[in-house]
Amino acid sequence: MKSLALVATFVTGALLLYSTADFAEWGSPQSPPNAHVSVRYIEKAVEETHVPNLVTAVLGDYRGYDTMFELVVIYCAGTAVMAILRRREDETDSEEDAS
Amino acid sequence: MRIDYKAARDDIPQRDMIVETAIRLMVPFIQLYGLYVIVHGHYSPGGGFQGGVVLGASVILLGLAYGLPFSKEYLNEGTNIVMANIGALIFTGVAAICAFVGGMFLDYSALQSILPFIGPIDWRSHGIFLVEVGVGMGVMMIMVSIYWDMASAGKMDEGL
Repeated sequence: MKSLALVATFVTGALLLYSTADFAEWGSPQSPPNAHVSVRYIEKAVEETHVPNLVTAVLGDYRGYDTMFELVVIYCAGTAVMAILRRREDETDSEEDAS
Repeated sequence: MRIDYKAARDDIPQRDMIVETAIRLMVPFIQLYGLYVIVHGHYSPGGGFQGGVVLGASVILLGLAYGLPFSKEYLNEGTNIVMANIGALIFTGVAAICAFVGGMFLDYSALQSILPFIGPIDWRSHGIFLVEVGVGMGVMMIMVSIYWDMASAGKMDEGL
């Protein structure tokens, strides 16, 4: 079972590495993300949102959905830590009695 | 709220006057800076996440210097979790209100139709501010909550 997991890990890793070859060229002004989206943000963001800081405009408005779920991820992490670790007083006492 | 630093200090055995005094002086400024980072996110680097972490760090510092019970007194445990929920709900709530009043989900300019004071483009700016406040609140409270749980192994009695 462990060797199966190891094989699965390596296969997934190899697939991910293979797919990096299809990425847009790093730093190239002709690559699709730089040719369309970035230009549009730089030219129109202040005009469309009246926010002088382009990072905030992209983070809060154009990519608001992403930011919303970033907050939800942090919230889930916090509630998960709370659910796993936090104990009430009476539970702690009964554990100590049992041990 | 009146904070009794002296009573809190007497509770922990190995207390250090230098650390306690330094943190007592620093905490108000750290919190002010955290609020500045949140509200000034439109004009300078910053925003809800960064400002929330700075605000959370101020409470964690109090917990480190004065002991975890004192930081729980400073920021009530119930308030903590309620504010974390409110923070997440502010963001999703603003987004949903935009959808209910006729725009698209997260399209803040739709808020113009219920509060027509400043125009749809400025509402996009102010909508970002609203959700940043929610982000800051949620991040601060979750940071403090994770610190409490990790430092006391969930017992919430004493810190590191």
